[in-house]
Amino acid sequence: MNLKPETLSKIDEVITHYPTKRSATLPLLHLIQEDVGHLPPDTSEWVAAKLELQPINVLEVITFYPMFRQKPIGRRHIKVCRTLSCALLGGYKTCAAFEKEFHTHLGEVSPDGEVTVDFVECLASCGTAPVVMIDDELHEKVDCAKAKQLSDQIKAEAKKR
Amino acid sequence: MIAPAKPDLVTVNIDGQEIAVPKGTNVIEAARLVNVDVPHYCYHPKLSVVGNCRMCLIEMGMPAVDPATKAPIMDPATGKQKINWIPRPQIGCGTNVSPGLHVKTTSPMVKDAREGVMEFLLINHPLDCPICDQAGECKLQEQATGYGRGYSRFVEQKNVKPKRTQLGPRVTLDDERCILCSRCIRFSKEIAQDDVLGFVDRGSYSTLTCYPGKKLENNYSLNTVDICPVGALTSTDFRFKMRVWFLKQTNAIDTESSVGANTLVWSREGTIYRITPRRNDEVNDTWLADSARVLYKAVKAADRLAATETIEVLVARAAALFKSTPGAIAVVGSARSTVEEQFFTRHLATALKASAQLVSRVGQGDKLLISADRNPNVRGALVTGLIKTLPAQQLTDLAAQIDAGKIKVVVAINEDLAAAGLTAAQLAKVSIVYLGAHANATSAAAKVVFPTLTVFEKSGTYVNQQFRIQKTLKAVPAAAGATDDLVVLAQLVAAAGGAALPAELGLLWKVIAAEVPALATMTFANLPETGLVLDATPYAALPFVEGETLHYKPAQPAVAAATA
Amino acid sequence: MPAPEQHRIIFKHIDEPGYTNDIGCYLRNGGYEVLKKAVARKPEDIIDEVKKSGLRGRGGAGFPCGVKWGLVDRKSGKPIYLIVNADESEPGTFKDRYIMHQDPHQLIESTMISCFANNVKQAYIYIRGEMPHGARILEKAIAEARVANFVGPNILGTGYSCEIFVHRGAGAYICGEETGLIESLEGKRANPRIKPPYFPAVLGLYQCPTIVNNVETLCHVKYIAEHGGAEYAKIGTPGNTGTRIFCVSGHVQRPGYYEFPAGTITMGQLLNEVCGGPLPGRKFKAVIPGGSSAKILRFGERFKGKRKVGTELVDYDWGVEDVPMDFDSLGMIGTMGGSGGVIVMDDTVNMVEALANINAFYSHESCGQCTPCREGSLWMKKITSRMVHGQARNEDAALLKSVADQIPGRTICAFGEACSWPTQSFIAKFGDEFKQYPETKKTAKPADAVALV
Ligand SMILES: Cc1cc2nc3c(=O)[nH]c(=O)nc-3n(C[C@H](O)[C@H](O)[C@H](O)COP(=O)(O)O)c2cc1C
Ligand code: SF4
Ligand code: SF4
Ligand code: FES
Ligand code: FES
Repeated sequence: MNLKPETLSKIDEVITHYPTKRSATLPLLHLIQEDVGHLPPDTSEWVAAKLELQPINVLEVITFYPMFRQKPIGRRHIKVCRTLSCALLGGYKTCAAFEKEFHTHLGEVSPDGEVTVDFVECLASCGTAPVVMIDDELHEKVDCAKAKQLSDQIKAEAKKR
Repeated sequence: MIAPAKPDLVTVNIDGQEIAVPKGTNVIEAARLVNVDVPHYCYHPKLSVVGNCRMCLIEMGMPAVDPATKAPIMDPATGKQKINWIPRPQIGCGTNVSPGLHVKTTSPMVKDAREGVMEFLLINHPLDCPICDQAGECKLQEQATGYGRGYSRFVEQKNVKPKRTQLGPRVTLDDERCILCSRCIRFSKEIAQDDVLGFVDRGSYSTLTCYPGKKLENNYSLNTVDICPVGALTSTDFRFKMRVWFLKQTNAIDTESSVGANTLVWSREGTIYRITPRRNDEVNDTWLADSARVLYKAVKAADRLAATETIEVLVARAAALFKSTPGAIAVVGSARSTVEEQFFTRHLATALKASAQLVSRVGQGDKLLISADRNPNVRGALVTGLIKTLPAQQLTDLAAQIDAGKIKVVVAINEDLAAAGLTAAQLAKVSIVYLGAHANATSAAAKVVFPTLTVFEKSGTYVNQQFRIQKTLKAVPAAAGATDDLVVLAQLVAAAGGAALPAELGLLWKVIAAEVPALATMTFANLPETGLVLDATPYAALPFVEGETLHYKPAQPAVAAATA
Repeated sequence: MPAPEQHRIIFKHIDEPGYTNDIGCYLRNGGYEVLKKAVARKPEDIIDEVKKSGLRGRGGAGFPCGVKWGLVDRKSGKPIYLIVNADESEPGTFKDRYIMHQDPHQLIESTMISCFANNVKQAYIYIRGEMPHGARILEKAIAEARVANFVGPNILGTGYSCEIFVHRGAGAYICGEETGLIESLEGKRANPRIKPPYFPAVLGLYQCPTIVNNVETLCHVKYIAEHGGAEYAKIGTPGNTGTRIFCVSGHVQRPGYYEFPAGTITMGQLLNEVCGGPLPGRKFKAVIPGGSSAKILRFGERFKGKRKVGTELVDYDWGVEDVPMDFDSLGMIGTMGGSGGVIVMDDTVNMVEALANINAFYSHESCGQCTPCREGSLWMKKITSRMVHGQARNEDAALLKSVADQIPGRTICAFGEACSWPTQSFIAKFGDEFKQYPETKKTAKPADAVALV
């Protein structure tokens, strides 16, 4: 595991928040994922060694929580809310719009490597449905037109790189 | 013997039967005491309670009292105190008794709940019972008959999960059959202390897994097979070999160490197919080491000894040796022999005016069911008076006496003298009478060889590290050409001029009871299945090698040899 | 009757122009004054005020907060923990989000008052993983409060010390259930615990006594500490004191969050006046009043019975529009106020499809520990999605009901109820629609029809 020095110091700091090291499992997984982009195969063993656990204890956790990814994803992660309030206002169409824009399917990295589109469950912003999170940013009232607009923005940024 | 402290008793009512049970008992165990079966999967008496299968749902109520005055509220219809029944079913495994607790296990609510759980467990189950080797021991199959709906309403696609995964050298997993009860995970974590199993993914897609790159290969892995309530975990060795309902079960003892774990030997027509644990809450709970389960392979081992001459001829030859060298005979007995054999060994030594010695075997204790003392019956030799001090690992004295020409004949019982430190030259210098089941350097060098029996072919007793005397019974007939150790020993005692001793256990125990004060009140037939603890105080000063294991704490810290 | 005015005590500053989430702004608006006064009081006094206030939990179950605090084992000698449940995951609920993002110091101050009252030395805010900004905002707010000596050692020179840490979830709804949350905070899968014996008040986090309260609930505590329990109880109606925040989503003109004195507004007033009624040309068909697990109500059905008003029993005969939006009235008509998430569906919605959407949620979120919930939630999902995407059968409605009936009351946690109530109530209220679904499917859908699953 090749983590940035900042990540390592954050890891050491966050462990002090808890009376038992095991509690730091989720924080460590978040920090590793933020650093690497996903959780590489040696994550369980690394975290287990750090927190004095067995690797299976960590793997059980990684696979329980959908936000943890064991595989790399596209450069941007588009998470469309699938749940009722968003669906009532067209969430499924929004999702299809993103898939179409990036010629991809749910859960897959788009051919240009730019995005992964996923469905997620209720994001607690149902009053501004349909909602979409792109990486850490919440976007509200994302109808097909807005999905197109957001996609164009991503593509434009990709071009600049 | 010291009587255990009387536990606090609580009176409960189960399906109308009143019973007093110790505080802290759960409803499943309390019901068991009145012969009421509460079906369950995830609950195991020796593991933590998680309450996840929901099969043990029962209806529960408490006697009604006036909230203000705490006075009982009576039911005019019955004249008894009214019972406030909780409107939802409760889990029997997670509910501990409290005074006055009322339980129904057959009410419509309970029946309905069980039916529901059974249906849910079966919808994603492959229903491949005809080819599943848990058949006959499958709790799912058993309870589906008792509580199931009998037909399927599930027309959707079943979940697909991995089949036939090798979790380790001895255990095979079929995830589609797994009902996610987590018994195997809890066993690995809590008992074997080898936390390698877990669930990955979530919900109905949760899948039992061994951590990739690790193996379920600890010496207790097969216990997971024993406790898996369905056919998800199976023994790779036993898979599909024999349907269990054909097999005869015999109570026996694990002779690997002084723990004396209780076992069941499963056999058919003279062949043993497997060994499983037999519950003894004072010794091994419900567990057994994997290594104990393969010991039966000694019965049909290629190096089994078989006699080519009759026992009379062999005894005559031994008698001739005894007569030729009076006063120059040594007896090497065994801490692997049964109490009865050790008793005969003592008689033989006395008749031959020889000193008797034993060979000690020490290994690393595993803190669970294998102790540092790898002999099953050192304490039996103490109790029968065969030895007074603990044996050494090497027969150094005997070697010196042989070198000095003071010993001319050695009677070796179940012990390989070469393994105990005698050189080939020393073996060549003496005439050896050997009793044993398998060939070794000693049998090769012996003048007279009596092929005897493995533990599975005979009955007898052993005294474990707790000074608990326990019975093992004959599971299969003696191999051709082998004779019961007791028969051989009785004849050797007679040949050495000793008293006539009966080789039949019932009669023999009368003699033992008469001669060994510690065993004065015992008979073989009356010895309880879980054994009997003898008074250990006479031996308190001896430096036993055992460290702590399950249900055993040494009186004094184990000597360095045990942990070295 | 016109709808009452909103009465914003918790959402006072939400969406207020110029209001920022830093401590400076909070202090300018009188922030931390209540904490300053609180730490000079006896902790028991604050607990008493909370008991007097009648405050009920806003996380879903509506359990009286004072009673919960009264159950805490204070004799064990073990530390007492407080956990702020900021997992906000019940579909249809979106209130805690705004408190944390826009007014985080309100939550920090409230948490510190509650910690002081309960002699808690360590609090954790468990925030759902999908709110990364929320977590950062809270961490920054805690850091500011620590600098100002409102959090940390020797608070305001009183000798009382208390830490708060933010802990992020990672996308599992079941972390909202308090014992699942505790397991998750301990670094494990969020498998809820069996109760007994693991009641948080006795054997909670690290097997120590633990208080778990919702974000909004704790914010009410600050108001109570400031104004007194009796004063608080004057807001709302007896048994349903204080204000309630309603989160309205779905098919209304003006979805959003609205704070009213509890029990003073009816469903009809909320949806028609406050939220502007149905979308143009549509009619209300159904509403789920308290988060997606609450039982659905069908416009047009009537509820009759007797209810207590003061000491008297009076008859009521309500349509959905007439139901007062409080815990007890909603409970009386067979549903619940829950988390305050009101999801509205109009006549364009097919109920089989709506249920299929909900069932997909619950089967995805079941922790999978106990048999009825694990297998039942997925079975119901498989049936409803087959009905929509494959073959629908006439007998499916009866099967769905029977599967759902085998779940509630038999599981480790209340997720069993949460996942089965939608199916039970959809079938009870819209059974015909389920039976007709094989026929319905034969007519082509309009081109612009919205897919729900
Ligand atoms: C399945 C399930 C999900 C829940 N989700 C949440 C949640 O997201 N947020 C919350 O505050 N409470 C949630 N709860 C309720 C909590 O278990 C708990 O009752 C609540 O946090 C107590 O706080 P309160 O008394 O202040 O409401 C959930 C309960 C269940 C059974
Ligand atoms: S493999 Fe067997 S023991 Fe292990 S969880 Fe599955 S059913 Fe239970
Ligand atoms: S009811 Fe569902 S969520 Fe709750 S413990 Fe059981 S399986 Fe898990
Ligand atoms: S349903 Fe999409 S945010 Fe709640
Ligand atoms: S035995 Fe599984 S819940 Fe009780």
